[in-house]
Amino acid sequence: MSAIGLKFAPLQSRHVLPGFKLSLGFTLFYLTSLVLIPLLALVLRPASLGLEGFWDAISTPRVLASLRLSFGMALAAAIIDSIFGFIIAWVLVRYRFPGKRLLDAVIDLPFALPTAVAGIALSTLYAPNGWIGSLLIGYGIKIAYTPWGVLVAMIFIGLPFTVRTVQPVLSELGLEIEEAAATLGATRLQTISRVVLPMLMPAILTGAAMAFARGAGEYGSIIFIAGNIPAVSEIAPLLIVTKLEQYDYAGAAAIGVVMLAASFVMLLALNGLQSWAAKRR
Amino acid sequence: MTAKFRKPTEDPIWLKALLGGLAFGFIAVLLLLPLVLVFKEALAHGLSAFWATMTEPDTLAAVRLSLTAAAIAVPLNTVFGISAAWAIAKFDFKGKTFLVTLIDLPFSVSPVVSGLIYVLVFGAQGWFGASLADHNVRILFALPGIVLATIFVTFPFVARELIPLMVDQGRDEEEAAATLGATGFQTFLRVTLPNIKWGLLYGILLCNARALGEFGAVSVVSGHIRGVTNTMPLHVELLYNNYDYVGAFAVAALLAMLGLVTLVLKSLLEWRYAGELAAMHRH
Repeated sequence: MSAIGLKFAPLQSRHVLPGFKLSLGFTLFYLTSLVLIPLLALVLRPASLGLEGFWDAISTPRVLASLRLSFGMALAAAIIDSIFGFIIAWVLVRYRFPGKRLLDAVIDLPFALPTAVAGIALSTLYAPNGWIGSLLIGYGIKIAYTPWGVLVAMIFIGLPFTVRTVQPVLSELGLEIEEAAATLGATRLQTISRVVLPMLMPAILTGAAMAFARGAGEYGSIIFIAGNIPAVSEIAPLLIVTKLEQYDYAGAAAIGVVMLAASFVMLLALNGLQSWAAKRR
Repeated sequence: MTAKFRKPTEDPIWLKALLGGLAFGFIAVLLLLPLVLVFKEALAHGLSAFWATMTEPDTLAAVRLSLTAAAIAVPLNTVFGISAAWAIAKFDFKGKTFLVTLIDLPFSVSPVVSGLIYVLVFGAQGWFGASLADHNVRILFALPGIVLATIFVTFPFVARELIPLMVDQGRDEEEAAATLGATGFQTFLRVTLPNIKWGLLYGILLCNARALGEFGAVSVVSGHIRGVTNTMPLHVELLYNNYDYVGAFAVAALLAMLGLVTLVLKSLLEWRYAGELAAMHRH
């Protein structure tokens, strides 16, 4: 084949299949009209307040407290979910026991159960007269209608992320490295903490970041259990709803922009984590 | 010394018991107990009380509205998912990675923010609010708003399942079909579709479950008009806040059943067609 023929080969192959303009055109149209333009409406809205007005809108004690609660509890939930996510993934991958498939399927329950259902169930369960709440009240511990209720709901909805990111990496991890560590005299715990855990770190952090992002933005499963006391157990998404109900669109949009910016940062962090994981492989 | 030989990669029995116990305990208390409670509370006053809630006109209206919204949003997002996957997997163009990130974007946006953006576009103080009111067109606090919010939160489900799957499968088969004279539609129907059918079903399944169960985004745009703009999850909230716990848990049990059916079908697809699902490669 001549040099010219070779040069043209990739260009020709692009035209073998039909539908490029149609499929990309529809994709861009659908994405722009339903996602990007509405998001632009959110980003532009606080502009009507000006920079100072925007700052005033988000720096009130009530707004700051709600942001602190949403992001702080999401971080705590992500850490707890990462620890239990690792333990559950370890048990599911390494141990053999009856009912393993069932247990594996149950992990996705928080994905499958609508958040309002989870919300009223958790609230009833942890209320002072509930199955769990009545046990804890004896020790003076209150979960429902306190900030701890927010934490419980966030742990619930975040768990699948942390299990499902670690599980496949763990099952692909060969046993050879652990055998080598054991041969060199490491105890079982040393092998797990010094050899296995570092190799799983990108996956663990990815799962934690996903659980954090989900928890910070979560609404449905939290509002029933939280009690929603302003500046105490009121999450940021609920404050957006409250401001909308008071027709304070700009104030709602200001909090929305902060939440959106946080989502972008998390998205960037997740992309960074993924390329880190790819490099280590 | 008669100690049984333990492989160096096997955990000692005490560690197995500890980790196994922690895992089982955590799952039982955190995930299973709420599920059991939903069904127990729904039947707290017997089947007749459960049935009375289910056949109430407002409940039936909520079921109908949820099914209608899903019946519009899911097919639209399915067409979008196929279209996006076809463009991304079968052709080369600049900015592809960026496009994939944008498609995934709705997943990382808070449900409340997902509803808020449509209020800012179509609301009374929004971009098109005044002109919509002039022409007597209702988007917010009506079916169109609920559909839009549902589309947004379920936007990436089909696309993110199909894109990696179709990228993996390459273009050879479609190019062969096209070279042999098949039209684009024939190529898709006879060559692509059989290859992606289980992945497509998987994506639609997850999309539908989320569409029926969405709460936050729909809550912001619905207006909560009982029997008119209340979807099933919103009806759960309304009954619960009115202290009708049996009613709230009855509707919640119906939603939980839908979730469980989704979970069973999803697990069946994962076990039987693991090789034909993109989710199984990535996860």
